[in-house]
Amino acid sequence: MSTFDPITHRLRHGCQTMAFPAGAPPTLPDRHGGSLRVEAAKCAEGCTACAPVCPTQAITRAPGNPVVLDLGKCIFCAACVEACPTKAITQTNKHGMAVRKREDLLLGKTGEEELRLAAALDEKLKKLFGRSLRLRQVSAGGCNACEADVNVLGTIGWDLSRFGIQFVASPRHADGLLITGAVSRNMELALKKTYAAVPSPKIVIAVGACAIAGGPFIGHSQILNGASSIVPVDLFIPGCPPHPLTILDGLLRVLGRLD
Amino acid sequence: MNSTCEFLLLSNGTSLPWADVPEWPADEFVAATAAEIERGGRLCAWFGVPENSGTRLIAIIAFDSEDTLAVGRSVPLSKSYPSLTLLHPQAHLFEREVLEQHGLVPEGHPWLKPVRRQNGGHPANGKYFRVEGGEIHEVSVGPVHAGIIEPGHFRFQCNGEEVLHLEIALGYQHRGVEEALNGGPHRATMSQIETVAGDTTIGHATAYATILESLAGTEAPLRAQWLRAIALELERLANHTGDLGALAGDVAFLPTASACGKIRGDFLNLTALLCGNRFGRGLVRPGGCKHDFETERASQLLAKLRVALTEVDEAAEWLWDSNSVRGRFEFAGTISAALAAEIGLVGVAARASGLVRDVRFDHPAGWHRFAPVPVAVWPGGDVFARARVRWLEIQRSAKFIEEQLAAPAEGEIFSATGELAGDTLAVTLVEGWRGEVCHVALTDAAGKFRRYKIVDASFHNWMGLALALRGQAISDFPICNKSFNLSYCGFDL
Repeated sequence: MSTFDPITHRLRHGCQTMAFPAGAPPTLPDRHGGSLRVEAAKCAEGCTACAPVCPTQAITRAPGNPVVLDLGKCIFCAACVEACPTKAITQTNKHGMAVRKREDLLLGKTGEEELRLAAALDEKLKKLFGRSLRLRQVSAGGCNACEADVNVLGTIGWDLSRFGIQFVASPRHADGLLITGAVSRNMELALKKTYAAVPSPKIVIAVGACAIAGGPFIGHSQILNGASSIVPVDLFIPGCPPHPLTILDGLLRVLGRLD
Repeated sequence: MNSTCEFLLLSNGTSLPWADVPEWPADEFVAATAAEIERGGRLCAWFGVPENSGTRLIAIIAFDSEDTLAVGRSVPLSKSYPSLTLLHPQAHLFEREVLEQHGLVPEGHPWLKPVRRQNGGHPANGKYFRVEGGEIHEVSVGPVHAGIIEPGHFRFQCNGEEVLHLEIALGYQHRGVEEALNGGPHRATMSQIETVAGDTTIGHATAYATILESLAGTEAPLRAQWLRAIALELERLANHTGDLGALAGDVAFLPTASACGKIRGDFLNLTALLCGNRFGRGLVRPGGCKHDFETERASQLLAKLRVALTEVDEAAEWLWDSNSVRGRFEFAGTISAALAAEIGLVGVAARASGLVRDVRFDHPAGWHRFAPVPVAVWPGGDVFARARVRWLEIQRSAKFIEEQLAAPAEGEIFSATGELAGDTLAVTLVEGWRGEVCHVALTDAAGKFRRYKIVDASFHNWMGLALALRGQAISDFPICNKSFNLSYCGFDL
């Protein structure tokens, strides 16, 4: 190798970082499907075809009530979309899915067919973190897929640090936690200690179905069904795993950097 | 031992009646297993099955040069049995696991400690080995690490920079996977299997699907097997490329680190092109696959694959040509072939120590019966060798996909599996990108899982990392660790 090889390579390729958010976001893979839309009003009388096909018990329909799909529990397998006879559950192809409140992930009722996207932090926190957010990542029973797609945001295509967001090597350096995984009982203590070690004010971001509600392991005795069982969560980003674009969208949204 | 009674043979991806598996009393079973290993076998799995008030031990042995697996079992035991580890160290972790899961004590085991058992908010790690001396210091790292990495605890005994001993304590990621599978298949089972080790979704999902098809007495349609084989190599390409980048990053060789980080994502996007999910979730299902390539999609894949391969080719060349990189990689974390065989390494780590060990070649099942893959071996046993094997496999995986796309299997991609056979034992091995993924299922009379055992490559290989650090500078830990890149959740289950 000549020393010049990587340099000429750089010149040839130019800047490889995507234009988003100034430009258009990259498109999701066509078979991804994006977020879901649930119109309970379209459900057939007494129909519960979707509930039993859901692997993570994300869909419920109590007798006499409209169907409710909890996007926090959803692993986006689309089994319900295929099972629904009246097309009440559909894929939206939208990448934005981050919400501030857990109940904003419940879909179904009229007016709540889609999730309610996250609002930015209040002015004080936005002033503190809006241009510089340091996060400590804790994997607590994650499968390394959410972790991998968080990691990907640090690569040249996404270049997370251009927004002032970085992952740091100590909770003492951090403004908050980004948690992945269902929170295994074996990580309970470590997660508590890590949270306590982050100076206040701090924010917590739960990434992926596991961190929101337990994912495929929901209800299992060895896990605690997500981060909220241990720490207060400020931002929920659904997916199994969420696409990197969904994670980035969530981070920018909560910092008030997406208009 | 009873010389007339031998282990029962079967092929990868097949099943046999539980009643046909030969059984021995405890000490004879251990001796029989040892004898199988001595005649060229390798321990793929060693686990317990509760029966009445006792537990039967099961051994699955692979004879790599004969394309054969062998299975044997003990009579139900209640207290203890003579440790196999004393004869064959590759059994050490399996015996610890059996103690933890069933309470059977392997008499004479040199280092009996918990594996992943919960103990009030953290794993019951037990007591660590300690080197005494005024000059000795201990370095304790984890469970939460300084990057975006899964949790685990590393305890180094050091004399200055030199690591005398490293002990790795895991279990933090334990989600109770095997427990959750009992009585299954349940409706969550498929997605649980896909997240056993999320970076090996295709590997584990293929093993599980093959087990179910074998129990149902069917096979997935050929085109589905073809699709699975392609997806398995896409998974390998993404992870190997990421690993080369991570290794480069750890020696501060940023051109390759930056390039490979991006190209890894390009490979993940090829899997997403096929099934919508970058990790292959939702592609493999018992009975076949859920998504197919139209001609247009296949040619799109091929075009993108070629671009990514050219780029990774270039990025890897910088790495190999750099003296400063070679200076760090060579002779770091060396595992000899003899040691690798003794502790039962599999996958990339085994092949980088010169062992010819690859399920796709040794025990071909599914599409690999028709499309063989050459084994990539490098003799050094060091970080350089493990990087080099990855590079060879990147080239071969890409070539494999090109060849398969040129001659696709035709037909359906799914055919529903029927009822699962009762009282049957099924075994499947798949060569995941890290190495051997082993699934074993035993059904009850009703065809439900009485026991489901999962052995990820990481279960065999973590000990390899611990031994690779002996006599190394502790500052070389990151590159040694990356060169193995083992799964925490795949181990912790």
